[in-house]
Amino acid sequence: MIKSYKLRRSLVNAIIYVILAVLGIIWVSPLAYLVIQSFSNDPGAVPQTLMPETYGFNNYIKLFTETESLNFPRWYINTFVIACFSCVISTISVLMVAYAFSRLRFKSRKKFINIGMILGMFPGFMTMIAIYYLLKAMNILTLEGIFGIPGFDGPILALIICYSSGAGLGFQISKGFFDTIPRALDEAATIDGATKNQIFWKIILPMSKPIVVYTVLTAFIGPWTDFILAKIIAGDKVNNYTVAIGLQKMLDNDHLNGWFKRFLAGSVLVAVPVTLLFLKMQNYYVEGVTAGGVKG
Amino acid sequence: MKYIDYMQLNPFQKFGYNFVNFFKKLPSNIARFFKMVGKAIVAFIVGIGRGFANYGKRFVKGDVFVKLSYIIMGVSNMVRGQIIKGLIFLCSEVAYICFMLFFGVEFISKFGTLGTVETTEQLSADGFTYVPVYGDNSMLILLYSVLVIVVTIIFFAVYIASTKSAYKVCMDKREGKAILKFKDEIKQFFDDKFHITLMTIPCLLIGCFTVLPLIFMILIAFTNYDNAHQPPGNLFHWVGLNNFADLVNVTKGAVKAKTFANLAGWTIIWAIFATFSNYIAGMIVALMINKKGIKLKALWRTLFVVVIAVPQFVSLLLMSQMLQENGAINQFLSLITGQNIAFKFLDSALSARITVIIVNIWIGIPYTILITSGILMNIPADLYESATIDGAGPVKSFMKITLPYMLFVTTPYLITSFIGNINNFNVIYLLTNGGPTTEEYYNAGHTDILVTWLFKLTMGQTHDYNLAAAIGILVFIVCATLSLITFNLTKSAKDEEAFS
Repeated sequence: MIKSYKLRRSLVNAIIYVILAVLGIIWVSPLAYLVIQSFSNDPGAVPQTLMPETYGFNNYIKLFTETESLNFPRWYINTFVIACFSCVISTISVLMVAYAFSRLRFKSRKKFINIGMILGMFPGFMTMIAIYYLLKAMNILTLEGIFGIPGFDGPILALIICYSSGAGLGFQISKGFFDTIPRALDEAATIDGATKNQIFWKIILPMSKPIVVYTVLTAFIGPWTDFILAKIIAGDKVNNYTVAIGLQKMLDNDHLNGWFKRFLAGSVLVAVPVTLLFLKMQNYYVEGVTAGGVKG
Repeated sequence: MKYIDYMQLNPFQKFGYNFVNFFKKLPSNIARFFKMVGKAIVAFIVGIGRGFANYGKRFVKGDVFVKLSYIIMGVSNMVRGQIIKGLIFLCSEVAYICFMLFFGVEFISKFGTLGTVETTEQLSADGFTYVPVYGDNSMLILLYSVLVIVVTIIFFAVYIASTKSAYKVCMDKREGKAILKFKDEIKQFFDDKFHITLMTIPCLLIGCFTVLPLIFMILIAFTNYDNAHQPPGNLFHWVGLNNFADLVNVTKGAVKAKTFANLAGWTIIWAIFATFSNYIAGMIVALMINKKGIKLKALWRTLFVVVIAVPQFVSLLLMSQMLQENGAINQFLSLITGQNIAFKFLDSALSARITVIIVNIWIGIPYTILITSGILMNIPADLYESATIDGAGPVKSFMKITLPYMLFVTTPYLITSFIGNINNFNVIYLLTNGGPTTEEYYNAGHTDILVTWLFKLTMGQTHDYNLAAAIGILVFIVCATLSLITFNLTKSAKDEEAFS
């Protein structure tokens, strides 16, 4: 009896292993295809076979040398600059708002929190069109070489503004984290004569490293993966594209035939760093999503 | 039903009971909601009334400098030694007046009509070509009017603060209290008033780049800013609720209403399928990974999670290419069947819709795995053990234990992801771009959901901003209602301790 039970259990486990393996292969194979084909040296624009016949770095080299019509390195730098700036600004503003809502008590605090929640419910790109016109009316979009820095054009500044301006609305996760820090710490510090400003810098912030890391990473990844806003703002200024719209441009009807493999190579270059960062912060991600739900 | 009866129900019945109860209570909940809104409005009006009463009281009680401060801001502060603070108030008043005189009045005066001067054409100097002489630009009038209104509200807040400050400094002097120096006031902003320091800049940014555009777009929904009324060449006007009527009026056989009805239907079907397929399939995979005796759990999990770690636009654009007639999937199918297969996944309405849902499973399952893994581990193991002893197979224990438990715990997540799918722009736009296109719809294809239609209406061949704004408002109403329900559910879930 026991023997057959054991047998049955290992049989079930074996079946599960098979299912998991098959599913795992199905899930990863498109990405494997992406990586493998990006190293293909085969002639021809579109891969004719599942696996390339010759391997090499041609696609990558072409991506960085043939930059007359579509300038991938430029897009990469654009995105990196935008990501760095908006990362710094949004981290600061998210932490400031979250700290104020979590640790400070002031009139109409609840009202502000509710307004923040309601604003978050509007479909995001409903406002994007208006932002586009606002920036256009402010003449930001046509600027070139701001502060005399070549390449630092209007759309890039506009994107930095857009990504970081709304960041304050994403205070919920950080607020949830700050809420877990005992208030007794604040009180003790207040008795010792610390101002609220000092409490923020010297007590709360050093204790909040995980949430700071999380905020920095999400803010940094945002511009790499955002698609709609960048498309609306950059319009047809190809040199000011970010990688997301740039890569989509490679697949439009004018470029698809010559550029598909370079699209694959570019995608690998974007996906690798973002994937590594995401895997690093996946646990925070779960906490963030479930924080509102399970714990209530 | 008494609580004790409720406790004796099995989990499925509990869920059913809660489910039915939710709809039974819905009318009274909605009534309560409106009552709450009404109360809030009354409280708001009372608050304003009290504000004005205080405003008048301060004027009467204050001395001559306070009264003067009501017209020239900051006088009372300056007279009593708070020079810098007074100057700041004075400067803000001067700045606001200049802003209104040189900029605001011109636009706000046309806000009611959105411009009356039509663009005309005039013979140019060379006598051969016509050049347009631009009249009013309705779009700019609307945009700047909103800006002026927002600035006015901010200035009004500053003004009220200045009268308060003028009165306070007057009273302090009268009572012989020490007048705060500017340096001390600055210090306060890092202690008692630290929230003002922290919130000002984020609030200004959100106000400029979220609230202001939002008000602008909401107002657009009540104008005829469509393809035929494009500034600067043409004016547009207020049309009241016409755009909403266009969307729901099917009697005329109007193409817009037909498109809206069909796309709204597909949006709901899509959201239901996308949410539940991911939810159930993802949970089954998560259960398999977390089953006792399965090794390499981290490896299996990572295999799936990698898919969502890759930016969505990369994986979706790649997928859209792999699904082409000569793409990798057809190549693969040809390879294993030995025949030449060239299936057009995205060419007919039905197959495109099914493909979208299936690809979404590929994208979505890892999210469910990530989120449910932890909760699944929390289901008491003895529930399963006793079920096994009673002779329940894996399917039965999934249906009777896992699913009810998970439904109970993750209902808020389910609703959030339902809302997410209603707004799931990326999957549809990057995969099919809404196609296959059809002449029957107004500017939309068979797989378009409402938000991608909204995007196409504004950035596509036509620019029907009014319609897009109206759709945006309707989507917002649906999403906001669902969010409120979630909020209520989480509140009730917190109170009840079932399953623990």
